[in-house]
Amino acid sequence: MTEAARTPMDPADETAVAPSHGRDLFSKFDALIAEREALLDTGVRDPFGLVMERVLSPTRAVVKGKETILLGTYNYMGMTFDPDVVAAGKQALDEFGAGTTGSRVLNGTYQGHREVEEALKEFYGTAHAMVFSTGYQANLGLMSTIAGKEDYIILDADSHASIYDGCALGNAQIVRFRHNSVEDLERRLKRLPAEGGRLVVLEGVYSMLGDIAPLKEMVEVAKRHGAMVVVDEAHGMGFFGEHGRGVFEQAGVADQVDFVVGTFSKSVGTVGGFVVSNHPKFEVLRLVCRPYVFTASLPPSVVATAATSIRKLMHAGDKRAHLWENSRRLHQGLRDLGFTLATAEAESAIIAVLLPDQQTTVMMWQALLEAGVYVNMARPPATPAGMYLLRCSLCAEHSSEEVGRILEMFEVAGRATGVLS
Amino acid sequence: MTDREETFAKVQQLIEPFNKKGAPLTEATTFAGDLEWDSLIVMDFVASVEDEFDILITMNMQAEIETVGQLVDAVEQLRNDG
Repeated sequence: MTEAARTPMDPADETAVAPSHGRDLFSKFDALIAEREALLDTGVRDPFGLVMERVLSPTRAVVKGKETILLGTYNYMGMTFDPDVVAAGKQALDEFGAGTTGSRVLNGTYQGHREVEEALKEFYGTAHAMVFSTGYQANLGLMSTIAGKEDYIILDADSHASIYDGCALGNAQIVRFRHNSVEDLERRLKRLPAEGGRLVVLEGVYSMLGDIAPLKEMVEVAKRHGAMVVVDEAHGMGFFGEHGRGVFEQAGVADQVDFVVGTFSKSVGTVGGFVVSNHPKFEVLRLVCRPYVFTASLPPSVVATAATSIRKLMHAGDKRAHLWENSRRLHQGLRDLGFTLATAEAESAIIAVLLPDQQTTVMMWQALLEAGVYVNMARPPATPAGMYLLRCSLCAEHSSEEVGRILEMFEVAGRATGVLS
Repeated sequence: MTDREETFAKVQQLIEPFNKKGAPLTEATTFAGDLEWDSLIVMDFVASVEDEFDILITMNMQAEIETVGQLVDAVEQLRNDG
């Protein structure tokens, strides 16, 4: 390390890339690098390297110079360009500046952070709300903080990475049950030792396949076995239940759920995460939850846009109805064309198209993009059971005419790639 | 057969449906190396072992188990504790 004249980061010096002795820590990624190169060598575009050059609306962007319909965002309620939301952000940027440069517990709580927590309390009808810098951190914080070494976290096998990572960050004993199986959950709860706390972690909508959890039955079983219950409503907020609170509201179990985790990066249309609860000691988490304490708080413009958006989502009945109409129509249309879908009916705003392998999936993804519609490609290990899929997520701002065009593009791409015969 | 031998035989049976390579199963067979199982297969297999023996093998314990022999030891211990 004494040859200071040549830095290992000097891009002009290609010989400096690999260390001359010792094991290259990157060698563990060789298989993945080779697989990726082999795929790209076939001439397809990189599904994980897309750039949106301009974003025109919640449903349109320019990709490689071409106007493209967005069918792979989490912008379910189309709030990203809402004029009131954008105006609130601009005003906060002017009045409070670009960022807080501090933790929520020190200099990083502004009036706007208070206001967005007030908006969440109203939206969920809870006594407490705690805003994190991302949804990922909300799960990281809750899982790692409230369950200690003697406690058990019981989670669905298909839980989101942020839930697994929160468990890994903490010290609790982790037990998994088979995805969405009430019987499997109950069998495991029965086997737990009498001592130790219990936290059952569920999600309203599972984001890969777009299926929803049988929360009524699961929450009942969890409560019968003395567990606290957290439901992650990342993909359910805004359009499930009377007030748009999520699948747990629709399932009628709101009074039995101890914590709801959510995000601002989907229906709310910006970025951030939260936990809401009625637990009387909930506020102590602000002092002991590391992913809350040891990071900078959200910028003032972000919390201002979130608060405005959340308040508008309380009265978004028409948008909700149109989102459901879009979801059901796309699901039915894709089924009629002959595609294989992950769920028998549209259970959420996520419609997952199952494909046989990586090559076919990328070809189909590219054919769709060239036709003018962007969808998400997902592959193992993000997907359950080794599935390759194209994940479509609808927006309340997709017009009926756009959904019709999307179906036409799926038909063309399906025939061109041989997915449809 | 001793209890441990019976447990070993049962574990062998439970491995078979997931042993796509037909790898020989001994005490020293590793799940990641010899059987080449990924995390999804591990999940399914662990659930089947848990249900067979009516035990819980937490993810914390799973992280410590690398070989068939270690799994059999863990199952034995869990059954005796229960």
